[in-house]
Amino acid sequence: MKKFLSLIRAAVPAALIASAAAVLLSGCGNAAGGTVVPNPDTEYYSQLKDEGITLNFANWGDYISDGTDGYPDVISEFEDLTGITINCTTFATNEDLYAKMKAGAADYDIIIPSDYMISKMISEDMLEKLDRDNIPNIGNTDPKYLSREFDPSNEYSVPYFWGVTGIIYNKELVDEEDFGWEILWDEKYADQILMFDNPRDAFAVAENMLGYSMNSEDPAELQAAADLLTRQKPLVQAYVMDEIFNKMGAGEAAVAPYYAGDAVMLMRDYDFLDFKTVDSGANLFIDSMCIPKHAKNKKAAEIFINYLLEPEAALANSDYVGYSTPNAKAFELVSDDIKNNGISYFSDEYLSAHTETFKTLSPDAERLMSDLWTKIRSGK
Amino acid sequence: MKKIASAPYIIWMAIFIIVPLIMVAYFAFTSSDGAFTFENITKTEEYIPVFVKSIVLAAAATAICLAAAYPLAYILANMRLNAQSTMLMIIILPMWINLLLKTYAWQTLLGNNGLINSVLGLIGLGPYKLLNTRGAVILGMVYDLLPFMVLPLYTVMAKMDKSILEAAADLGCSKLQSILKVTVPLSVPGIISGITMVFIPAISTFIISRMLGGSSNLLIGDLIEMQFLGNSYNPNLGAGISLVLMAIVLIVMAVISLIDTSGNENEDRVGGARV
Repeated sequence: MKKFLSLIRAAVPAALIASAAAVLLSGCGNAAGGTVVPNPDTEYYSQLKDEGITLNFANWGDYISDGTDGYPDVISEFEDLTGITINCTTFATNEDLYAKMKAGAADYDIIIPSDYMISKMISEDMLEKLDRDNIPNIGNTDPKYLSREFDPSNEYSVPYFWGVTGIIYNKELVDEEDFGWEILWDEKYADQILMFDNPRDAFAVAENMLGYSMNSEDPAELQAAADLLTRQKPLVQAYVMDEIFNKMGAGEAAVAPYYAGDAVMLMRDYDFLDFKTVDSGANLFIDSMCIPKHAKNKKAAEIFINYLLEPEAALANSDYVGYSTPNAKAFELVSDDIKNNGISYFSDEYLSAHTETFKTLSPDAERLMSDLWTKIRSGK
Repeated sequence: MKKIASAPYIIWMAIFIIVPLIMVAYFAFTSSDGAFTFENITKTEEYIPVFVKSIVLAAAATAICLAAAYPLAYILANMRLNAQSTMLMIIILPMWINLLLKTYAWQTLLGNNGLINSVLGLIGLGPYKLLNTRGAVILGMVYDLLPFMVLPLYTVMAKMDKSILEAAADLGCSKLQSILKVTVPLSVPGIISGITMVFIPAISTFIISRMLGGSSNLLIGDLIEMQFLGNSYNPNLGAGISLVLMAIVLIVMAVISLIDTSGNENEDRVGGARV
């Protein structure tokens, strides 16, 4: 019976592709019924109604509630309310988003980069200042997540989601109960280990194991972290980002470091998966909404940001995506089950003692890190 | 008149081929702050193992494609005309499906819990490690690129003058002899364009190795992609590697065409066939 089940398990991704294709064909959202935001300020939201504006929205994959699996469709409700069309594209890593913008090929109106990338973009004059008067809901954000080092005066960004990194593991394949990052170097799991496919997250894991800061710029420390990652390589099945959903879901791998919110989504679908926070130190990330320099529809983008800050919209997104909301009014609405699941929300003590937020590295350190990363990935 | 008719092509080539090539060369010979440097080219030396691996895997895939496609094209060319077009349709059909999807399908087939291992498991075998190996990458290349080998071979063979084959039979050639002495030499142009059309996409692929190759089968294409599309953003190095790859491809093409022309000069042929 079990073998038969695994046959089916193999067939599921194929079906997923088909449904994903269907989603793509039908546009960004799936027009489903139900209203997310019960009493929107219609006067404010309809100010650009008849201008036929289309917003280009660059988001992480599966990072907004778009009507999939019967969850509310935040996008199509926004479109109905405002007459503004949202054109969604996705990116896989911060570096990917940065490269696309640098190449000048993208004309995004809204983007959702993470902390360290936001400060890099600010320093390279790639972001517009937000017009706070045009975003009445900007005050909904919990001050805990504001005025961070990446945007000290909150001029360029509004937090969208936050979370921590940790380890997603397959309960059927992993018998330990108490483990940290070192399990990703455990030969017992050779060829069943997945690893981050971006330098910043991968180095953070190694740096934390060596007792360094995740923001280290010391060439010797970066080299030591690279050596550790090189030693890990023979054990690694594949370097992945969102492919983790398929690989962990199909039981192809035993352990993978990833973002807590994605673990929530995975565990909803596969009960043999679990998530472990790492006490030695994890990355606390804040993904924030920003408007790129020279965006064509800045005002419409601000209206969209305001909509995403509506408590009910933020809650709907958090419910579907699984990531933790920085929106204080939405947090009040989060169910106790989720508040206490041990993955989504943590005590302030845990966050201050066990997590670290990325800062932008100096250009030299960044260049060294990407050179080392290229060597790790291209080596034997 | 001729000049006017060719103007659009010349403009097209200038804008979309020559200018981008110049830009690649410009990036390859400058550092990130715009100063002239050879560093991007010399740095490529560090990635020689990646180049070697890419060449070996692409060559293996090309050889397998040729071995598989040649008999197929021969059989195809000798079928009834109706059957030929049906068969041709079946061969072209996979080309209508997105390459990403086709490669992804192999992931689910080859995985440890994939279809193949599950079926083998039912009869008590395995599981074998199929995915994330070199073999999987070669398989993906062959699967995706086989039609590009079949089509030029078929075209050449279908156009072949049947009377030459009849003459060979008249002169006492067995069927095998006439294949070796007539069909093969006459199909050399098809072999060459088939090799070119398979080898070049195979050597520069990045998605096949990324999806099927696991952690240790990074190819030149992946390396270039890493430099341009994030993860280790360094367009100058990426352009340097691209330029070296281009040089390798040019050398391979030159060698292949050398074989072609030397064959033409040295053999005493009637219509290309040895008699």
